[in-house]
Amino acid sequence: MKYLDEYRDAETARQLARQIARLATRPWSIMEVCGGQTHSILKFGLDQLLPERITLIHGPGCPVCVTPLELIDQALEIAARPNTIFCSFGDMLRVPGSRADLLSVKAGGGDVRIVYSPLDAVKIALENPGAEVVFFAVGFETTAPATAMAVLQAAHKGVRNFSMLVSHVLVPPAIEALLSSPDCRVRGFLAAGHVCAVMGCAEYEPIAARYHVPIVVTGFEPLDILQGVLMCVGQLEQGRAEVQNQYARAVRLTGNQPARELIHRVFTVVPRKWRGVGEIPRSGLALAEAYAAFDAAGKFGLAARAVQEPAECLSGLVLQGRIKPPECPAFGHRCTPEHPLGATMVSSEGACAAYYRYRAPATVNAV
Amino acid sequence: MGDTLDFTAACPIPLGQYPTIQLAHGGGGRLMHHLVETMFLEAFGNETLRARHDSAVLPRPAGRLAFTTDSYVVRPLIFPGGDIGSMSVFGTVNDLAMSGARPLCLSAAFILEEGLPMETLWRIVCSMRAAAERCAVQIVTGDTKVVDKGKGDGLFINTAGLGVMEHPLVIAPASVRPGDAILLSGDLGRHGMAIMSARQGLGFEAALESDSAPVAAPVLELLAAGLEIHCLRDLTRGGLASALNEIAQAARLRILIREELIPVRDDVHAACEMLGLDPLLVACEGRFVAFVPSKDAARALAILNRGQAGAAAVCIGEVGVESPPLVVLQTVIGPSRILDMPSGEQLPRIC
Amino acid sequence: MCLAIPGKIISVTDGDALARMGRVDFGGVVKEVCLACVPEATIGEYVIVHAGFALSRVDESEAGKVFEYLKEMRELAGLQEGGP
Repeated sequence: MKYLDEYRDAETARQLARQIARLATRPWSIMEVCGGQTHSILKFGLDQLLPERITLIHGPGCPVCVTPLELIDQALEIAARPNTIFCSFGDMLRVPGSRADLLSVKAGGGDVRIVYSPLDAVKIALENPGAEVVFFAVGFETTAPATAMAVLQAAHKGVRNFSMLVSHVLVPPAIEALLSSPDCRVRGFLAAGHVCAVMGCAEYEPIAARYHVPIVVTGFEPLDILQGVLMCVGQLEQGRAEVQNQYARAVRLTGNQPARELIHRVFTVVPRKWRGVGEIPRSGLALAEAYAAFDAAGKFGLAARAVQEPAECLSGLVLQGRIKPPECPAFGHRCTPEHPLGATMVSSEGACAAYYRYRAPATVNAV
Repeated sequence: MGDTLDFTAACPIPLGQYPTIQLAHGGGGRLMHHLVETMFLEAFGNETLRARHDSAVLPRPAGRLAFTTDSYVVRPLIFPGGDIGSMSVFGTVNDLAMSGARPLCLSAAFILEEGLPMETLWRIVCSMRAAAERCAVQIVTGDTKVVDKGKGDGLFINTAGLGVMEHPLVIAPASVRPGDAILLSGDLGRHGMAIMSARQGLGFEAALESDSAPVAAPVLELLAAGLEIHCLRDLTRGGLASALNEIAQAARLRILIREELIPVRDDVHAACEMLGLDPLLVACEGRFVAFVPSKDAARALAILNRGQAGAAAVCIGEVGVESPPLVVLQTVIGPSRILDMPSGEQLPRIC
Repeated sequence: MCLAIPGKIISVTDGDALARMGRVDFGGVVKEVCLACVPEATIGEYVIVHAGFALSRVDESEAGKVFEYLKEMRELAGLQEGGP
């Protein structure tokens, strides 16, 4: 595939790794924000190519992982209703709620359908006028334009049997929350490339300045991540703290104007609780007043019930980059993809799942 | 590769009268008798079936017997490159082949859902006949049941198969040795991605076809050449990852493979990238891995690739010595990682 | 997050802005994609697609830069170290 496969070239990857080793004179801890980047690092073994003095800390950029438990439970409640079609991205199907997950609701007879695009959910609503169709709107800023378009299409076509459970979250407030914590060890960031393709890079300027951290907008393929690390290390070695764009083939500094307009038209910024992290002000999106008719929580009269996470689950610490998954006592024993304690073990790009799938207990690096 | 099936033979059940399966078709009475006689016997017609006994009575072959069974519940019933019928024949034939047995005959048990279109059943039955002919096996006994509407997903098929071992080898994980070469018979992921492409909501524009096919012939050729085969495994659900992990666990040996050697067609690769799936975990239906002594690898590959256009067999790795047993994959970038046993079905993702 | 992959636009159906759709070829697999957020994108161009939406146009001149950058680095390293 053009513009994809060439960024997996082994020789170029080795050269980038050698450059990084030459450049880095001191230990640096760099956080890759996005779960997709974490997945890529572990799937291709990129961290093994880096010199030991470079530590990659895995960030909270997994919207599946950070969707609050309360919202999962609301989703399960809706999905179990008769005459209701619950549409979701595949990512959410195995995320554990308090007692079950969407897949088990499906097994119990709930009409749960995987969709590739939010627009597919609107189509399902049009094709099933007798049923209530609800879409689970999960994702960062990357996904919000698509969700917004689904709402606008539904409004435009007068679709009354369509609504969405909204769980969109925003990246920059999360990075700020991490940086403002006194024991934050992160010295530089690889920002989420596709989020920035929508939002642009400007929001990161004040963060880079305030906390004096370099922020490199980075793609997802091995060469992207390695080049992102190289650029970040370059800044760190020189004491610079700027926003740079590694992923220039896909990201413009100003982002995507029509996409941002869609978001502003349909959503408002609200405080949002991040599973495992806590509430972060102005870090979520909710449907604007004009589109309240499409809000499933309102439509179904769902109360937000405070729910307790299993005490054993340390996914919050993993999401904040404070521990690596193998350091969790439950990892691989009481917590596995088959019976996960938290979302980070289930989501395809959760750090715990990535470590479980791609790294055996203490043996692989010996190979 | 999809066979073009000949549907010019019209359905022998008068569709005007019986457009769909009814409960009575499983009831043991006149309607069921009519279904069995005019459809199943018509399609599968052979001496043994026509004897119409409760059991098929067969001559005892010389040599060890292999016996296997599988049930088929695939959705949709008909997909690009195959259907539940051809799959049920090839799948069981392939299981026999994986022990190194020559397939002899099959049973076919049908669980039909009330309301299943008769035309659909006829098409699937014709497909089974064509598949059986291709594998030189006969369907010698069977059963028919009908369940209430809503209890059956259209159609479930169970096939059991008998085969005969015409060689003295023990083809099983226990025979795998350190240093064995691991051969893969062809490219990965076609079946799983074809199924996904046929499902609503994830629809691509056509062209992805299942690799559903029998693999008995190439295995028998390897055996006929006198090659010492240690183990065979066909790749089905869970793809290559599942098969290799099962063998590694059973043989208590480490397996080492290299990603750059594993063939994946461009369109399968693209579909996997789109949906966030790993082709090494995607189901195949006409592929197998063979573990042979490394000295025989080149000869085995030459035999497998003889007369095969496309679908080239390659060596993808080797068996190591260490325990604990793991499947280790050297990535295209260079470093290695674990290729874990898949946990549940891979789901498409957008994150 | 945000699994998005590059594909080539092979046809466009212009409706109103809300309905601008296109068919995009991802290395042999063709899917319908919403092009509302890339109004200037034309047939033959590559776009990055997420959840059925094109989010940006691939800048072909930027695409090769990582390889050019490394070529320069190699040359520079060669000059500095007197060897590759």
